[in-house]
Amino acid sequence: MTALPDQQPLVAEAAAPAQRALDRRPTLPAPLAARPFLWLSLLLLFIALLSLLVGRYPTPGILSPSALAEDTMARQLVLNLRLPRMLSAILLGMTLAACGTVLQMIFRNPLVEPGFLGVSQGAAFGAALSIIALSAPALVREGLAAAFACLGLALSYLLARRMRYGGWILRLVLSGIAVSALFSAGVGILKYMADPLTELPDLVFWMLGGLWGVTWTDLAYLLPPVLAGLVIIYLMRWRLNLLALDDDTGFSLGAAPGRERVLVLVAAVVATAAVVSVAGIVGWIGLLVPHIARRLTGANARQAMPASLLLGGIFALVCDDLARTLLAGEIPLGILASLFGAVLFMALMLSRNVRVQR
Amino acid sequence: MSKTLSATMPGQPVLRSSQGILSASHLSFGYNGARRIVLQDLSLEIPAGAITAILGPNGSGKTTLLRLLLGVLRPQAGQVRLNGRGLEAYSRRERGQLLGLVPQDEHIPFDFSVLEYVLLGRAPYLGTLQMPGRADYEVALQSLAAVGLEPMAQRPVPNLSGGERQLAVLARALAQQPQVLLMDEPTSHLDLANQARLLEIMRSLVSQGVTLVLTTHDPGLASSVAGHAVLMHKGQVLTAGPAGSVLTAGNLTQTYGVPVQVFEVDGRRLILLP
Repeated sequence: MTALPDQQPLVAEAAAPAQRALDRRPTLPAPLAARPFLWLSLLLLFIALLSLLVGRYPTPGILSPSALAEDTMARQLVLNLRLPRMLSAILLGMTLAACGTVLQMIFRNPLVEPGFLGVSQGAAFGAALSIIALSAPALVREGLAAAFACLGLALSYLLARRMRYGGWILRLVLSGIAVSALFSAGVGILKYMADPLTELPDLVFWMLGGLWGVTWTDLAYLLPPVLAGLVIIYLMRWRLNLLALDDDTGFSLGAAPGRERVLVLVAAVVATAAVVSVAGIVGWIGLLVPHIARRLTGANARQAMPASLLLGGIFALVCDDLARTLLAGEIPLGILASLFGAVLFMALMLSRNVRVQR
Repeated sequence: MSKTLSATMPGQPVLRSSQGILSASHLSFGYNGARRIVLQDLSLEIPAGAITAILGPNGSGKTTLLRLLLGVLRPQAGQVRLNGRGLEAYSRRERGQLLGLVPQDEHIPFDFSVLEYVLLGRAPYLGTLQMPGRADYEVALQSLAAVGLEPMAQRPVPNLSGGERQLAVLARALAQQPQVLLMDEPTSHLDLANQARLLEIMRSLVSQGVTLVLTTHDPGLASSVAGHAVLMHKGQVLTAGPAGSVLTAGNLTQTYGVPVQVFEVDGRRLILLP
């Protein structure tokens, strides 16, 4: 098959110089592409260790390791407050970024994220419902959050399919906004019904998004759905590329596009719902991080997915560290993530190289 | 199984060209639960190791037939057979190793590099959780070489010209090392130079034993490249057989409903519209 008579380079070779600027991308995977992951992993590890020491006890700043050895209180603080919180922040960021990558690839739409497709708001509604109406235990809360998150995504998708306006990218964004608004209204009603002295403050602060008060118990509830979801997504990351292609092509390549998409979507949405039910709505990570990851490694999810996971963990952890240390009182994580996320995203969209087709 | 193209192609059973590698018998198909009938009682034999062109006016059911042959659509009646065995009896991966598709207009949403995109053609040889390995890279690079896109392996797909893009899609299908390649209007977006290049590649594929099936609405293209032709009209096969005996003025006039003239110049057919 290699032995074709004349291998003339094709027409566009002439336009090579202009193209070449766009071709500065990592090439073959193996040893070279492993390096960004090494650096990102080390960075995440470093920030994670730092997060355990940074805080406002006993004084604002960094807790010295020697103080840790002497001060039982400090040790308790690090082990029972900062450690579970640090791990939750990393899981939160990883999950949102992975879910964003999955949604963007499967819906072939670089402008979606869990917060845009009714996933986060659906999960929030489910969790709020269990807090207000049922005062249910954590497990029920997670289950309801997951159920409503899946419902939100399904509604957004079905609405976009039937909408008679605009192209696919626009329709999906619009229907996601509508469905999210629907669930936000539902949360609003729940807030209105909530007891203003006991339930309402909880609900409001939880909705702002944050990880204060995360305990080992919360983490224990968070871990199974999040780990299961992330493992499925991670293992199927190369397959995601295939699922981003047209249905007929995916079918011709031996995939079952419909079934496999549902599997990956449910994994992503259940993990996200678990995270939302603990941390509230934290936006923009799912939109921004996959873009940066693709910029770093190229679109191939084989590399872009691990990059997304690491970057998501780093981004959420840094935001959470700032949220709890910048002021004496805590700044809600959702606000900080939106602030940094939106600013970075604007910068990214204004820079060259970003193309949104259609 | 060796995974290089040159090693696999000859290893596959050589079929006499009279034998249909892919056949359809009494296919009926309609969309919307058979309410809108597209194909009715259609039977067809695709000869192995040759190029078969499926011709017909717009809306005659060419693309639907191609999707039935691929198996992505299930006929309401009748059966598609590949190597004598019902298509539905193959596993997804088995089928993917035998039947490739070059769609008319493939939407590639993210900027994969050309090589990464072509590698997706290895999916039928990989498990659901498996990643392509070194051997798969080699096959992908050979497929790129076969269409002359090797120098562009690292370029993002969206930066390719229309012609190069079509060749990249073909290379992706070749990485499947298929026995049969289904091509939907393969030249419709190509200029003359790229059409000529694609036809040359198609001929070289056939000489290596690959069976090609293409749909087209261009009888000139069909007569220049295809040894066999199938003329479709309103969801049925009007005539089928060697291109020379199918692509006659009478048949074409009947299919398209306009007077078509066919001349023979230097042993090549020239098809003229009124």
